[in-house]
Amino acid sequence: MQYYDLIFSGFGGQGILLAGEVLAHAAMLEAKQVTWMPAYGVEMRGGAANCTVVISSERIGSPFAEEPCCVFSMSKPSLFKYQGRIKKGGLLLINTSFVDPALITRDDLESICIPASEIAYQEVGEHKMANMVMLGTLVRASAVVSLGKVEEAMEEIFSGSKQKALPQMLRALRCGYAWQG
Amino acid sequence: MAKRRMMRGSIALAEGAITAGCRYYFGYPITPQNEISEHLSSRLPEVGGVFLQAESEIASINMMLGAAAAGARAMTSSSGPGISLMQEGLSYMAGSELPGLVVNITRLGPGLGGIAACQGDYWQATRGGGHGDYRLIVLAPNSVQEMHDLAIRALHLADQYRNPAMILADAILGQMMEPVNLEPPLVEIPPKPWALTGARGRKAQLIKSLYLADGEMEKHNWKMYAKYQRLQEAEVMVEEDLEEQMDLLLVSFGSCSRMVNSAVALARSRGYRVGHIRPITLFPFPSREIREASRRVGKVLTVEMNTGQMWEDVRLAVHPGTLCRLLARPGGAIPAPKEIFEEIEKFVRAGDHFAENIC
Repeated sequence: MQYYDLIFSGFGGQGILLAGEVLAHAAMLEAKQVTWMPAYGVEMRGGAANCTVVISSERIGSPFAEEPCCVFSMSKPSLFKYQGRIKKGGLLLINTSFVDPALITRDDLESICIPASEIAYQEVGEHKMANMVMLGTLVRASAVVSLGKVEEAMEEIFSGSKQKALPQMLRALRCGYAWQG
Repeated sequence: MAKRRMMRGSIALAEGAITAGCRYYFGYPITPQNEISEHLSSRLPEVGGVFLQAESEIASINMMLGAAAAGARAMTSSSGPGISLMQEGLSYMAGSELPGLVVNITRLGPGLGGIAACQGDYWQATRGGGHGDYRLIVLAPNSVQEMHDLAIRALHLADQYRNPAMILADAILGQMMEPVNLEPPLVEIPPKPWALTGARGRKAQLIKSLYLADGEMEKHNWKMYAKYQRLQEAEVMVEEDLEEQMDLLLVSFGSCSRMVNSAVALARSRGYRVGHIRPITLFPFPSREIREASRRVGKVLTVEMNTGQMWEDVRLAVHPGTLCRLLARPGGAIPAPKEIFEEIEKFVRAGDHFAENIC
């Protein structure tokens, strides 16, 4: 039985909810059960943003994650908030363009520190696509879904009027997937 | 099988209503249900329907009353405070035996409360809510798929029984995305010979809730009561996850039942024999199912995101002598599966004194 839960976290405007949605969509395409749960409150741009994704081979109960298998963090406050909760041996990804790796206090995790915004700017010319770079790295490190299904999910989500951004998004994703610290 | 789509609960519900042939929406904005209105504001015109933002919730419900009287499938949606404002109209609709769908994506309460998920509107939903001797048909989804399917079911039941129906959900179900199968079921809108469609060529008809003649109102109340009895006999929906031998039975509904599902799985993995009953219709309530299961178990734990509103119905339903306990988290708190599991463990091991109530 597969059960993998993740928290995507950062600031509003960084594409946190979108990164979670792409992964959730990919899990659906792999015929898995999946839930995507955004933090819901009086959020606004620049404030905290997070969402929880649960992927399972069986019917999912709670759509929340008390002790997530993985945390995807793009801001200092979100690292402080969630790193203590990650399951022992779990996965922590931080964007070092925003978050100092020295702030990681857990040594019982697989921590991946990726300069995602710099990579996104150098490789795609758009630092805002750091979320997709990180997602690519997450997909490789966790193997929770296949890269091919994530690409397919992006093609479905970025269709119609949103299609313009798709080639850049896919490149950012693949750069993150191929990145070797 | 049709292709699954990733969708928010609010959107799935709105699509379900359209699939069911609902072409009229009247509403007034309030968080956390605005996604329903937003989606229908673009979708209804596409299918030849009417989306109307009313000047208030009181106007919304009375516009729905008018549409229903003319024979249309109509709906409105709101949240706690707005639903409170609609109670007068709902009472008039029930009294006039008019169908329609009201969606309550609840807020915290009482008062203005907050926008987080909670189940504090159970009493208001299941006891009628407005004045007089009536009930609403109340359905409580626990997944995005059910937000879609039960919207269709609610509109169907409302027409079939000529009574307003309510979907009771919360921000968890409204905001969450899950894969949904939108394969449209066969929708048949029953004929409505009672509707006010113009009296040319037939006798004039009257839809009213005023009965002044001697004994007339009592007769009407008994007629409505008989309808509620028929609903109780024929329309109970319940999900039962029971075992042959059980140490404990859990009862929960709506979003809260998802956390209970996780707790049940955890408890079973640790060797506890637990069952779970989830009422899908809150009215009619699955009293018979709870009575039967509790007779075999003897211990019932109700878990709710309020201070124990459904617990009253559970205690009325259980087999005499059943030990009852409540795990309640009101005001936006969500019981974690671990917390529920710890309660299961304590209750299974404890003697009779641990129960808060012996029914």
